[in-house]
Amino acid sequence: MRAAILGLGLWGPGMPDVAALRAVLAGEERSRADDTPPPPALLAANERRRAGPAVRLALAVADAAVAMAARADPDLSPATLRAVFASSHGEGAVVDDLLKTLADPGEAAGVSPTQFHNSVHNVAAGYWSIAHGGRAPADSIAAHDASFGAGLLKALAEVTAEARKVLFCLFDAPLPFPLSACRRTDFAFGMALVLAPEEGGTGALAHLTAEFVPVAAALDRPRHPALAALVDGNPAAQSLALLEAIARGTPRTLAVPLLSGHLTLAVTP
Amino acid sequence: MTRMTPLSITAASLISALGRGKAATRGALVERRGGLVANDFPGIASGGFIGRIPGIEAHRLPEPLARFTCRNNLLLDLALATDGFAPAVARAAERIGAARIGVVLGTSTSGIARGEEAYRARDPESGALPPDFDFTHTHDFFSAARFVQTSLGLAGPAFVVSTACASSARAIVDATQLIAAGVIDAAVVGGADTLCHMTLAGFAALGLISPEPCRPSDAERRGLSIGEAAGFVLLERGPPGDRAENPLALLGYGESSDGYHMSAPHPEALGAIAAMTEALDRAGLAPDEIDYINLHGTGTIANDASEDRAVAAVFGDRVPCSSTKGFTGHTLGAAGIVEAIIALLALEDGLLPGGLNLDRVDPAFRAQVLRDNVSRPIRRVLSNSFGFGGANSSLIFGLVP
Repeated sequence: MRAAILGLGLWGPGMPDVAALRAVLAGEERSRADDTPPPPALLAANERRRAGPAVRLALAVADAAVAMAARADPDLSPATLRAVFASSHGEGAVVDDLLKTLADPGEAAGVSPTQFHNSVHNVAAGYWSIAHGGRAPADSIAAHDASFGAGLLKALAEVTAEARKVLFCLFDAPLPFPLSACRRTDFAFGMALVLAPEEGGTGALAHLTAEFVPVAAALDRPRHPALAALVDGNPAAQSLALLEAIARGTPRTLAVPLLSGHLTLAVTP
Repeated sequence: MTRMTPLSITAASLISALGRGKAATRGALVERRGGLVANDFPGIASGGFIGRIPGIEAHRLPEPLARFTCRNNLLLDLALATDGFAPAVARAAERIGAARIGVVLGTSTSGIARGEEAYRARDPESGALPPDFDFTHTHDFFSAARFVQTSLGLAGPAFVVSTACASSARAIVDATQLIAAGVIDAAVVGGADTLCHMTLAGFAALGLISPEPCRPSDAERRGLSIGEAAGFVLLERGPPGDRAENPLALLGYGESSDGYHMSAPHPEALGAIAAMTEALDRAGLAPDEIDYINLHGTGTIANDASEDRAVAAVFGDRVPCSSTKGFTGHTLGAAGIVEAIIALLALEDGLLPGGLNLDRVDPAFRAQVLRDNVSRPIRRVLSNSFGFGGANSSLIFGLVP
């Protein structure tokens, strides 16, 4: 499978955008930054207020990637762009809150309707299409530590099968205690790519060739130590070696593990 | 829209409140026996009726898989051992290779019932979850696909699709794209959702639980009844062997978003219209070539009205349609696979099931809603699944050639 990358969005610790990633690669320190992005401006006020940290994270990086891609392709619209969201936890903070409410026999009737519909795994996909009034499909994939590999595999299969551009958005926000003890997520991390079939990819940042390989392989890590140090702190940070290769503009072949086998990604400028 | 090459469906398995296996499901549909009972799920007073599967709690996983034990994986295990499904997958793996078969499953809450137990058993001092709580193999969204791939010994890509009540319909679409892209040649698709406090309390909080067994499309419908189910189909590229022995196929799919509200349907049903229209285009079929529509039909006032608007816009009153959720309850993320298999049974048996608990069709409805069962040979069925977040899936199944 092949695709052109038209846009890129990022939110990580001390790296609130792609420019900050480029600065780190150029030798600067990671900046101090907020833990999570601000609520998405495009949502109506009541939805913006209720959007949890994972939704804010996902929409911030998705919007950044689409804005970058739209500079190369003015016809690109988030309302008609197909999307694949991938996350290990979904909106884990809302799930935790609901579980605490349900665990108290006197409180179970206190579940709020908004809290319940905001607990679904596809809450980011839903708010993304609501924010843009979009009618294009928005998928939601979960694969624990393989969420990056499985989500990207699914997004590339959609680009190939449908011959259409696809937004891929990968994100995980930290979980509250006690779920945090089951699943390490040290910081919020999100990234998004706008992927296009090769023939439609004018002004591409980079090109990807991907293949599923049915043998196990370890994750290839970023070469820059400041980025490599982040990889184990969030399932979505597994994407940092790919982001580094795109930002550096140097060819690299990367292994991304799946539950069984792995995805081989060849990145070329 | 490019037309899709039909994919073969070479095995299927289903467990719901109607019983274990396709024969039990057929029997219940023919005899018009529903599976809904007054809500007796332990530990929660959310009222209404539920489609509960007896005996899940007593089932045990084989020792090497014991750490996957939670209500959802127990039900998935029962479904693997139903209708000869696991042996059919083993034969396919011998034929095409375990690494060429993917596992794509839909679930909205996975093993969260185990997480609910763990939260009730938190340490009163520290608030920590009990040490025997295995998040990764139970509560986690992905545990369903991890369990099924491990149990079947497959080696292709595996993931969970979680688009709320459209999850397992969307899983069929995602597997189809993986096959079309050449990543795999076959996939175990389907999914499960099981009763848990989160969905029972959540739908109660939304005011959507019917105080009586749900009555989709009825003028006096009062909401939904939650059920539980697990189901699978084995989807394969091209006809394996003789088409006459494997005439069931996926002919088309359509996907869309409402882009409107997290839990309320689009008032003009534009997303649902787009999904059905795309499915027809991809199958290369005109609306009149569909013989029966299995509605999403949850039984809530707004959802059924919105879907009727969409069906009438695409099909007028020319195609008979019904919801089978009066039989099974709304099985949430499993609804797509439950109703896909009911569509396959309809094709095999020439049975169009009329809605259960349906006394008087809403007089405002314009589509042709079936109240009674109809027996006649049919060739193509469309099935709708819609979920929170405005996620819409329409699938078309048929007999080939």
